[in-house]
Amino acid sequence: MTGAEQTPGPAPAPTPVMLRTRKLVKEYRADGLCVEALRGVNVELAFGEFVAVMGPSGSGKSTLLHVVGGLADATSGEIWLRGQRVDRLSKRDWAIQRRRHIGYVFQTANLLSTMTVADNVELPAILSGVSARQARQRREELLDDLGLTDKARAAPARLSGGEQQRVALARALAHHPSLLLADEPTGNLDSANTRDVLRLLRRTHAEGQAILLVTHDARVASNADRVINLYDGMVADDWSFG
Amino acid sequence: MRQPLLALLAKEPAHGYELKLALEQTFGAAYPSPNIGQIYVTLKRLEADGLVRSQDVEQTTRPNKRVYELTEAGREAVAAWVDEPSDGPRIRDEFFAKLILAPRAGLADQMELINKQRHHYYRLMRGLNELQESRGRQDTAARLLLEGTRLHLQADLDWLERCQEELV
Repeated sequence: MTGAEQTPGPAPAPTPVMLRTRKLVKEYRADGLCVEALRGVNVELAFGEFVAVMGPSGSGKSTLLHVVGGLADATSGEIWLRGQRVDRLSKRDWAIQRRRHIGYVFQTANLLSTMTVADNVELPAILSGVSARQARQRREELLDDLGLTDKARAAPARLSGGEQQRVALARALAHHPSLLLADEPTGNLDSANTRDVLRLLRRTHAEGQAILLVTHDARVASNADRVINLYDGMVADDWSFG
Repeated sequence: MRQPLLALLAKEPAHGYELKLALEQTFGAAYPSPNIGQIYVTLKRLEADGLVRSQDVEQTTRPNKRVYELTEAGREAVAAWVDEPSDGPRIRDEFFAKLILAPRAGLADQMELINKQRHHYYRLMRGLNELQESRGRQDTAARLLLEGTRLHLQADLDWLERCQEELV
């Protein structure tokens, strides 16, 4: 070997974080009008961190979640998931990454009406490559946590709104995603159901689940480790509970 | 403090410590717990104002206790209190005065003030959540009191957002 070995290699990669966006921009164009929903957003989420995103309606908080989750394309900027740049991946590869690493829960449950509650929860786990047995075990565990074991064989339509939302949360967590993306998950829930959903979020977070959650409800946000406020498509505040 | 004590005594005569317990049990941990000295001072004033009267009740194994009951004037005072509408939201808001006046004097930046206040509210909110969780199942009155406090906090946060939109 020669002295060339002494040549310093490339600078060490920064510590991988769960999620990092760099100068993220999202423009919506319609009828010659251009609306900038995100105007250069830098956000970082450590492994296992729970971050709430708040801000007035129109501040870009839902857009941020959609772009980060691959439900909408960024106009420019970078998205890194687990140390890998994902916005440059082919559609197919990005979809595979998402199925494996991201769980989604929205304001409405959107359960598949022709399947049982149990199958709704197991399906994404099986799609992400988990064995049928593991998927069933995980489903039983989650429904038990949420007090829904006796509804496993029911059709979603037989459940109350609060129960459906809890099933949607179980579905999002079924494949042990690295990152849970939640957009106003308690937006349609009464106080008691909100409490149940928050309890599960806290418990999964305590077990190491990273969560990025959009909400306008401070009761929900105050469960997070950190609160980011967006304003006009930019980060106006980024604050950790000390 | 005066009115709740009168309202408790409207139900039945009681001594100071019973009143303290009744307040705590009804309103729960979020309610600023009255210290017993405060309660006795208030009862003395109510007595001086002719709204309650008291008498010593002998106890065999312990010192006598002083039991309070409402007078006719006290009963009327409670009825009047129940009858009148209670105060609405505050108009005089300390933070708002800060937000408007401090930047004019070059003492602070409005966005920083808003963010700082926001963080304070988040902490308060978390405290309320923890209070609720630590208590497990609570009486309805205590739970509703917590819920009301949270809703007020949320309204304050929404108002901060409005201030941010219009001022910053």
